[in-house]
Amino acid sequence: MDEPTGNGVASRRGFLRALGAAALVPFGVSPGSQADSLAGRGDVGTLRDPTVLGRPRVPTDARENDKQIQAIETRLACNCGCTLDVFTCRTTDFTCTYSPALHREVLALFDDGKTAQEILDAFVAKYGEKALMAPKPRGVMNLTGYLLPTVAITIAGGVLFAVISRRRLAPAQARAPGGNTDLAQSSGSPEELERLRQALADVED
Amino acid sequence: MTLLGQFALWAAFLLGLWSAVMAFSGRWKGRPDLVAAITRSVYAIAGCLVVAALSLWKGLISHDFNIEYVSAYTSRNLPPYYIVSALWAGQKGSLLFWAVVLSLFAAAAQLLSSRRFAPLLPYVAGVTSAVVAFFVSVMLFAANPFTRLAITPADGQGLNPQLQNVGMVIHPPMLYLGYISVTIPFAFAIAALLSRRLDTDWIHAIRKWTLVSWLFLSAGITLGMWWAYVELGWGGYWAWDPVENASLLPWLTMTAFLHSVMIQEKRGMLKRWNLGLIVGTFLLSIFGTFITRSGVIASVHSFTQSNVGYFFLAFLVVAAILSFTLLYTRWPQLVAEVRLESVLSREAAFLFNNLLFVGIAFSVLWGTLFPILSELIRGSKITVGPPFFNRVNVPLGLALLGLTGIGPLIAWRKASAANLQRQFTVPVASGVLTLAALLATGTRDFYALVALALAGFVAGTIVQEFHRGVRARRRMHGESIPLAFTRLVARNRRRYGGYLVHVGVLVYFVAFSGMAFRREMEATLKPGESVELASPFGHTYQLTHLGISQYEALNRVVSAATVEVKKDGRADGIMTSEKRQHVDSFGRPTFEPSTEVGIRSGLQEDLYIVFAGAVGGTEEAVYRFTINPLVWWLWFGGFVLVAGGIVTMWPGGGPAIAASMRSQAGYEVTLVGADKE
Repeated sequence: MDEPTGNGVASRRGFLRALGAAALVPFGVSPGSQADSLAGRGDVGTLRDPTVLGRPRVPTDARENDKQIQAIETRLACNCGCTLDVFTCRTTDFTCTYSPALHREVLALFDDGKTAQEILDAFVAKYGEKALMAPKPRGVMNLTGYLLPTVAITIAGGVLFAVISRRRLAPAQARAPGGNTDLAQSSGSPEELERLRQALADVED
Repeated sequence: MTLLGQFALWAAFLLGLWSAVMAFSGRWKGRPDLVAAITRSVYAIAGCLVVAALSLWKGLISHDFNIEYVSAYTSRNLPPYYIVSALWAGQKGSLLFWAVVLSLFAAAAQLLSSRRFAPLLPYVAGVTSAVVAFFVSVMLFAANPFTRLAITPADGQGLNPQLQNVGMVIHPPMLYLGYISVTIPFAFAIAALLSRRLDTDWIHAIRKWTLVSWLFLSAGITLGMWWAYVELGWGGYWAWDPVENASLLPWLTMTAFLHSVMIQEKRGMLKRWNLGLIVGTFLLSIFGTFITRSGVIASVHSFTQSNVGYFFLAFLVVAAILSFTLLYTRWPQLVAEVRLESVLSREAAFLFNNLLFVGIAFSVLWGTLFPILSELIRGSKITVGPPFFNRVNVPLGLALLGLTGIGPLIAWRKASAANLQRQFTVPVASGVLTLAALLATGTRDFYALVALALAGFVAGTIVQEFHRGVRARRRMHGESIPLAFTRLVARNRRRYGGYLVHVGVLVYFVAFSGMAFRREMEATLKPGESVELASPFGHTYQLTHLGISQYEALNRVVSAATVEVKKDGRADGIMTSEKRQHVDSFGRPTFEPSTEVGIRSGLQEDLYIVFAGAVGGTEEAVYRFTINPLVWWLWFGGFVLVAGGIVTMWPGGGPAIAASMRSQAGYEVTLVGADKE
C-alpha cells in the first residue's frame, strides 16, 4: 500500500518542482542550467540514434584553433566541388570527406616544420594550381587576371578626364578673342556669378 | 491537370510567336485592330501561363507523384508552405515561374503605360512575347515540368533541407522578379530603337519599371545573403560564388543606369550609354540564368547540369547580336544635345560613378569567367575564390563609396572653388573625425579604417543635404522640424529617396567592415564543459555545453545541442544548434543530415553557434563558435535601401506646377549664360 502512495508523493513533488521552475522562467531563472540530458545516460550519455547525426566526429585538438593553420587552410580550395576553402568546408559541410583529409595533410606538413608558403607549394605540386583559392599573381595570364579590371578602369577614367578637360579648354580658347560663355569669366561681380551658380544648382537638383 | 498545363504551355508558345512576328513585321501600323490583337495576345499569354502554373501547383498540393517534378521536389510530409514554394525549387518549375511572372509583367506594361507611349507599345509587346516564347520553348523542348513517370512512387524525394527555410520561400521569387522585370525596360529600349523615337520619352516610360526591377534585385540579393547566413552555416553571407556574382552583375549595371539616366533627363546626354546599359543589364540577367542552369561553372547554387544552358547561351548570343546591331544602326541619331563642361561637375561625378559601377561589373564578370579562360588558354584549371575578388573589388568598392559622398556635393555643369569648399567642409570633417575616433579606439585594419572613414564622410554629406533642405523649408514656410523634414522628402521623393538609398549603402559598408574583426573557434565539449570566446568589443562569452536531445518532428529527426551562454559572467540565455535528418513519410532518410545554426543577433555582434556533430555516438559535441560583428546592420541596411527605393518611386512627389516652375527657372538661368555668348 505504501509504494503507490510514495510514488504519488514523489510525482506530486516532481510536478510541483516543475511548476515552480516553469513559473520562474519569465523572471529569467533558467531551470535548464543543470545540464539536463534527456537522451544521455551517465557522464557522457550515449545518443538514442547516432546515425542521424551523419559522420561521427573526432574530438578537436588545440591545432584546430591555430590561427596559422586556419590562415593556410583559407587559402586552399576543397576539392569536393563545394567551391569553399578547406577551413570553411571542414567546419561547415560536415558530410564532406575531402576537407578533413586535406586538413590532415596540412597538419602533417605543418608538423614536418614546413612554412605556410611551403605547404601551399606542396599542395600546388600535388593537386595543381586549382588547389589554391586564388591563382598566384605570377605569369602573364594570372597577372592579367588580377590587373586587367583595375588597369581598364584607370585607363578609361584617365581618358574620360582628358576628354572632358579638353572639351572645357577648346571652347574657351576658340572664344578667347571675342566674348565667352564661361560664367567665371563673364561680366558681373564674382558674388553675382556665384549666386547664379547656386541658383542653377538648386533649381536643377 | 498536366494535360491542361501542357496545352496552356503550347498555347502560350504559339501566341508568343504570333505576337512577336506581328509586332516586328510592322503590319500593325495604321491598323488599330491589329494593335488591339497584339495587346490582347499579351494578356492571353499571361492567362495561359497562369493556368499552367496553377496546374503544376495543383499537382504539387495534391501529391501527384506521377508528375516527375512533384516527385523530385516534394514528399507527403513536407510542410504546406514549402509545397507551394517547390514551384521554384527545381529547374523546370522555376522556368515556369519565370515565364508566368514575365508574362504578367508584360501584361502590366501594356495595361499601365501612359497613352503617350502608345507608338512604342506594339514593339514592347513583340519583345516581351518573344522572350516569353523563348522561355516556354525551353520548357516544351528541354525541361517540361509536366513530364510524367512510368511508375508512380509511393512518396516523393522531398525538398532539399537547405531549401526548407523561410528565406528560400522569399529570396528566389524576389531575385526572379528582379531578373524578369528587367525585360520591360529592355523592351522599351528596343521599341525606342525600332520606332526611332529616341527622345527621352522611353526613359520616362521605363523609370518606374527600372526602379521596380532594381528594388526586387536589391531585396533578392539581401535576402539571399540572409539565407546563406542563417542556413548554410559557414558563418558568412557572401562567398563570391558564380551564382551570387550573376545576381550582382545586372544590379551593378542597373544602378549605373539609375544614375546616368538623370544626366539624360536633365542635360540630354549619354543617350547611347543609357541604351547600352539597359541592353547590357538584360543580357547580364540572361547570362546569370545561363550560369545557374548550365553547370558550366561550379557553384553550390547551381541547378542540376542539363542541356538547358545551351538554350540560354544561344538566346544570349542572338539577343546580343540583334540588340547591339540595332543600337549601331541608330547610332547617329543618338547624339548628345549638350556637352560636358567641366570635370568638377555633377555630370562628371556621375560619369565616374558609372565607370566604377560598370568597371566593378566587368571585374566580377572577369573573375567569374577567368577559370574558363585560363583553362581554354593555358589548359590548366584554377580556382578563383574570395581572395581574388576581394583583392580586386574591395578597392573599387571603396572608391565607389567615396563617390557616393562626393556626387551630391558637386553642382551641375560646373562647380566653383567656393562652392566646393562650402559643400565639402562638413562631410570631410565628419570622415576625418570618424577616422580619428577609430584610430583612438585601437582599430588598425586598413580596409576597415578606410571603409568606416568613408562611411563617416558619406554620412556627413547626407546629413548636410537633409539639414540644408529642412533649414530652407523652415525659413521659407516657418515649419517645425518634423513637418519640414516630411514635406522635404515628400516634395522631392526622387532626390531624398535616393539619399536614403545612400544611407542603406553606407550601412552595408559598415556591416562589411565588421567581418574584419570576426572571431571563431572550434571546441569539443562534454556536458557541463565550457569554453570562453572573446568579443572584439571587449567582453567575453562563456559557452557551456548542456547536452544533446533527440526527437522527431514533422519530416525530420532532430538532434539538438544546447549551449548555455554567459556574457561577462552574466547569464545570457540558452542557444540551440541542430542536426536534422530529413525523412519521407515512411521514415526513410531522404538527404544527408543538415545543420541548423544557432544565432543570437545584436547591434554589436552575432553569436553564431554550429553543432558540427557528436563524438563516438555520445553527447560529447563538436562546436564551431563564431562572433560576427555588425552583421545585424547588413539586414538593416537592406531595409533602408529598399525603403529609400520605395520612397523614390512612390507616385506623386510634389505639385506639377512646382515641377514646371523648376523647369522654367532652369531655362531662365540657362538663358542668362546664353545671352552673354
